[in-house]
Amino acid sequence: MDFAGFDQQDGLQDWQTERGRAPISTKIVVAGGFGVGKTTFVGAVSEIQPLTTEAVMTQASEALDDLGATPDKITTTVAMDFGRITLEQDLVLYVFGTPGQQRFWFMWDDLVRGAIGAVVLADTRRLADCFPALDYFEGTGLPYTVAVNQFEGTPEYTGEDVREALAVPAHIPVLIIDARKRYSVVEALLSLVAHAMTEQPL
Amino acid sequence: MVPSPRGADRRTSRVRPYTLTGGRTQFGHVLLVETFVATVDGPAEQLALTAGDWAERVMPEFRAIVELCRRMRSVAEISALLRMPLGVVRVLISDLADQGRIRVYGTGHGPGGPDRALLERVLSGLRRL
Repeated sequence: MDFAGFDQQDGLQDWQTERGRAPISTKIVVAGGFGVGKTTFVGAVSEIQPLTTEAVMTQASEALDDLGATPDKITTTVAMDFGRITLEQDLVLYVFGTPGQQRFWFMWDDLVRGAIGAVVLADTRRLADCFPALDYFEGTGLPYTVAVNQFEGTPEYTGEDVREALAVPAHIPVLIIDARKRYSVVEALLSLVAHAMTEQPL
Repeated sequence: MVPSPRGADRRTSRVRPYTLTGGRTQFGHVLLVETFVATVDGPAEQLALTAGDWAERVMPEFRAIVELCRRMRSVAEISALLRMPLGVVRVLISDLADQGRIRVYGTGHGPGGPDRALLERVLSGLRRL
């Protein structure tokens, strides 16, 4: 099997060939409803073409009793897009886009372990789509911010409008971003990391 | 999170890896999606690969992971590039690590998440982009 094409296409980083030691690896999670722009967000900032990984899940734990009877009815595959940023040769940041539906929570528990934090991506036309993600991150205590992906031709709202509509607490940053623009996505990541620092014990 | 192979996916290429993981969900190594792993170079490996001994005995999935990890890879990258579900990849990597063929490097920070010093480094790294 030859993966040289993949490495060639995206430019091989020095740390990839130094197998004697690994860089520090860290991650940020981007959560949001379907079509909100998670993949665009990841792609705007990633040094590699975003990759897709799959996790297999059973749809609802309360349905476990039926597992034996109708296994193919409740098993499904969830795709996550992710990208990579080599910040330094010994420091690599992964950005994972994950579906925001409540039924994927079991997967988030696994995904968010050790994460810097999460960006909850919202679309003002479908604000309710990010409620489950907000509920989840409020519950886990993982640092999170809200980024509104401003789609062209949609009414423009301020961060404060969205904060009020979503009942986001005052200490949580709410940003208006353009997920297609690298600088805008970097700004969203910076805001999250800075926010995560304020939640650290001094 | 490795489900039962029964009807999990109708595509045959997907069924096999589930079968060979035997439904195990426990693994000794901490394998987060961003955890780095790489193939271990050694006399054993070279002998095995050139002689075709180990390579002939094991599943193609094991061989594919060992090949891919001649470069440093994260667990998620392996899953994506080999088109194998995360849960399956974790079990296979865990087995390869037990056999000494793959080294699990970890994330380089504690299990509780990044500390302040690491966050500061990430912040300055992002500012340089």
